[in-house]
Amino acid sequence: MTGDDTKHLPLEDMHIAAGARFGAFAGWSMPLTYPAGVMKEHLHTREQAGLFDISHMKLFELSGPGSAALLNRACPLDAGALEISQSKLTFFLNEAAGILDDLIVTRLGDTRFMVVANAGNAVADEKHLRSLAGDFDVKVDALDGVFLAIQGPEAWAVLSRAGIETGSLLFMHGIEPRKNWFMSRSGYTGEDGFEIGLPEADARDLVAKLLEDERVLWIGLAARDSLRLEAGLCLHGQDITPETDPAGAALMWAIPKEIRASGAFIGADALRAAVERGPAQKRVGLKPEGRQPVRAGVALFDADGNAAGHVTSGGFGPSAGHPVAMGYVATPLAKPGTRVFADVRGTKIPVDVSSLPFTPHRYRKG
Amino acid sequence: MATTYFTTDHEWLRVEGGIATVGITDYAQEQLGDLVFVELPEKGKKLSKGDTAVVVESVKAASDVYAPVDGEITEANGSLSSDPSLVNSAATGNGWLWKMKLADESQLAGLMDEAAYKAHIA
Repeated sequence: MTGDDTKHLPLEDMHIAAGARFGAFAGWSMPLTYPAGVMKEHLHTREQAGLFDISHMKLFELSGPGSAALLNRACPLDAGALEISQSKLTFFLNEAAGILDDLIVTRLGDTRFMVVANAGNAVADEKHLRSLAGDFDVKVDALDGVFLAIQGPEAWAVLSRAGIETGSLLFMHGIEPRKNWFMSRSGYTGEDGFEIGLPEADARDLVAKLLEDERVLWIGLAARDSLRLEAGLCLHGQDITPETDPAGAALMWAIPKEIRASGAFIGADALRAAVERGPAQKRVGLKPEGRQPVRAGVALFDADGNAAGHVTSGGFGPSAGHPVAMGYVATPLAKPGTRVFADVRGTKIPVDVSSLPFTPHRYRKG
Repeated sequence: MATTYFTTDHEWLRVEGGIATVGITDYAQEQLGDLVFVELPEKGKKLSKGDTAVVVESVKAASDVYAPVDGEITEANGSLSSDPSLVNSAATGNGWLWKMKLADESQLAGLMDEAAYKAHIA
């Protein structure tokens, strides 16, 4: 995922001007932090409004009479049951029900959908979609441009001041407010917020307007990661991978009941079998005792020293005020309150299985 | 009179009477970002040059701080247990990490002075 930074954001000059420190992520050179630093950026997002450049993520527009049928084959989803403007979290699964990527699908019209995919999987996702599209009457367009996220309790107000009204848009809904714009009330911080895909010239104008507002700060990838971890949201490639299925990942809530029973999506048989036998390990929140963070890759043990699982994401939660982590434990240990131990450089740190999220979600659901 | 030395790994050592006070430079703390935890060494621990002496943890990552010379830990900065951000706010002052008794003062000759360190990070 890291190490290669061949792709540059269209607004890179604006990040340089803002004093960003860059690092490689998923093939992109991305702003990791700005001069305020990760702690202040994180807290600012929870208190006011954080502006994120997420142009490394990929938007695909599907159009044509076969678009819902294509999505129903590619994802455990009933695309035709979505109301216009409704968004839904779903997955590309492999035949073994392993998660190839997690996606947000929004219905834009009778036969038009927007799919938002993760940066690390964008190339593979596009190939996957295009190869499946051959069997359906559908056109797949990968969109270029800028993709911004504005997150935090003041996000709606700063957009309004910049001339963009969001009043009637509710959480997990998306619209096209202007030509070649896509805006959804969603995000990956646990806060109320918006994701906006738009042409570069419009983006430069919008960013300039937003930054005039003292409630708005650029937020880098480092704080994006601590925010999403506190919110209990999975990072593909870490907390969910092609080796984990939605049952073990505790993401079955994203799959409608009737689709679990009778959907003909790729991986359906394997997922039904996995649900039937029950997952050996489950994704849980992990709260380490004390101040020392427990990070991805650390092994977990039960009280008797038997292998109990592993950490897939971990760090410090600036809003929670303590270390936070997520990982997989053997199903019998997956109950909140269960104590396990993390082996950090030879020291066994007590860790309690915790319910997620660590900081309450503040989505605007209606 | 204390003399301050610097390493290419962005540590500083202030040596006085055979004891070195060791910390990370302002440049290093800025690169690491906000620290949330410092794993301190035990008094009496013997270290060889290059051994990991301390682990500093930011929100995002854990980083090793190495022993710049051979020696024995005489003290760790206990204030960092309750306030690791001292390393950010006062890297070369109250944010020092540990003190060590030097085993071989001749090793200091291999380290940089402030001017050389400034050139190193420039």
